[in-house]
Amino acid sequence: MHVLYLIFVDPFMQMVHSPDLLMQTLWDGLVGGVLYALIALGFVLIFKASGVFNFAQGIMVVFAALTLVGLHEHGVPAFVALGLTVLVMLVLAFGVERLMLRPLVNQSEIILFMATFGLTYFLIGFGQLVFGGNPKVMIAQDLYLPSGAIEWKGHFGFVSFQKIDIAAVIIASIMVAVLAVFFQRTRIGRALRAVADSHQAALSVGISLEQIWVIVWFAAGVVALTTGIMWGARSEVSFSLQVIALKALPVLILGGFTSIPGAIVGGLIIGIGEKLGEFYWGPLLGGGIENWLAYVIALGFLIFRPQGLFGEKIIERI
Amino acid sequence: MREPAANETALGEALLAAEDVSLSFGGVRALTGVSFDIRKGEIRAIIGPNGAGKTSMLNVVNGFYQPQSGRITFKGEVRKSMRPYAAARGGIARTFQNLALFRGMTTLDNILAGRTLKMHRGFFWQLLRYGPALREEVEHRRRVEEIIDFLEIAAIRKVQVGRLPYGLQKRVELGRALAMEPDLLLLDEPMAGMNLEEKEDMSRFIIDVNQQYGTTIALIEHDMGVVMDLSDRVVVLDYGRKIADGTPDEVKRDKDVIRAYLGETH
Repeated sequence: MHVLYLIFVDPFMQMVHSPDLLMQTLWDGLVGGVLYALIALGFVLIFKASGVFNFAQGIMVVFAALTLVGLHEHGVPAFVALGLTVLVMLVLAFGVERLMLRPLVNQSEIILFMATFGLTYFLIGFGQLVFGGNPKVMIAQDLYLPSGAIEWKGHFGFVSFQKIDIAAVIIASIMVAVLAVFFQRTRIGRALRAVADSHQAALSVGISLEQIWVIVWFAAGVVALTTGIMWGARSEVSFSLQVIALKALPVLILGGFTSIPGAIVGGLIIGIGEKLGEFYWGPLLGGGIENWLAYVIALGFLIFRPQGLFGEKIIERI
Repeated sequence: MREPAANETALGEALLAAEDVSLSFGGVRALTGVSFDIRKGEIRAIIGPNGAGKTSMLNVVNGFYQPQSGRITFKGEVRKSMRPYAAARGGIARTFQNLALFRGMTTLDNILAGRTLKMHRGFFWQLLRYGPALREEVEHRRRVEEIIDFLEIAAIRKVQVGRLPYGLQKRVELGRALAMEPDLLLLDEPMAGMNLEEKEDMSRFIIDVNQQYGTTIALIEHDMGVVMDLSDRVVVLDYGRKIADGTPDEVKRDKDVIRAYLGETH
């Protein structure tokens, strides 16, 4: 009885009794969720356009952040370094298309997936060679990202918002909005959606797959850079950051591998879900459930909606 | 049947000429020394039994396959290796035997995608829908609406094509190819799986496209009645070789053709 009380009654009592703590937890979850969503977005962009599950998305986040900080350490002004890093991501996109995707065209998905493992280890090795393996501090101040916190007092208590988190949410929202409009309105956006639906048909109307692949990998690179800056500013820039990419997996299972809104909603559900779980139900299990709760949520989804929240429903014609 | 005499004079020089084209996959020979031409303004049918190499031939013309030997001249120029992207750029549009549509997109967007190569404004301005980019978008929309009216699919403009019945999907696919304003339109079994009424509609569209826009058309079709009615000239393939070439009447009487279709008589 007591256990049931602790699971089904007590957490909700706590939520009602101290709404400030609830709000704080929700906010922290939201911010984490936004960053998961960004990583998942990088995956979705590439998966939609080329059917490649890009294992390297996580390391691209680290690599982009590392390049930015590394360039700054070598005396390059912050915004110049930012521009150069974008350029590096563009070169990376060209390199991936030329050296990886083009020679492997028409190979099965698992081979392309393995190739992205190769890319992962190349980026780890190359990043360490050039910038060293030590954790670095994100140049948040030089990029005029805010620091400190705002405290918001209500009659029930107070909630503290880190300014960097607010910035992260705003920047992520802007980026998603721009991407959405880009997909909807531009020739290239329409071509991207077309390629996602049918390679053959896209080729026949004169869409160049090579060009599209470069564009999606570049877009994923820019998303990775943004994620890297935000995540780096909250903790530090190190290779251990790449494990957060594994958190994108449950997000993708939740949201569907081909849906941009799915990536966002999925990210938020996972982010908020794991913070709520950790705070209210974690103590029951001795804490630390944040690390695996996301996967359990995803597992639950796999049972009931294998195609994800927004994924295309798989209907087999018999 | 159409008037061959009137057309014979209207037919211009060869738009596309294939000479001695051979294509094989590993040990399987799909095409062996095939030569034929497609003249400006005509409707050219490619027929033959299953596995005769008809679709392979279209895939060669459209750059999906690279022939091992032979020469293809398009618009008076000998093509080196051809890629689908370059073929589209050169004015070749096509439809597919088993439909290749952008299933998640609306009819409007599918046809608009056919205008990809005709859009030139920078993506930044398209993003903002501003100035010349806006005018360009409006112009393209207008052309697309014309095609939609022409194909009588106004009612399904905003419907995702994946949800449409087969006959309408075929029509959308034709619309997308027309949106490219091609010089050469390749149709791979445009009437496969259609009922009589749908076939009649599609035949009418094909003739209208040919006559109103002067588009040269090469089509593969199994329905002999349709082929004989529509086409100016017919090339017949069997086991990857050309066995006959001429007007529908000539082809119909050809011994080899009869044998290929009806089997050997002993």
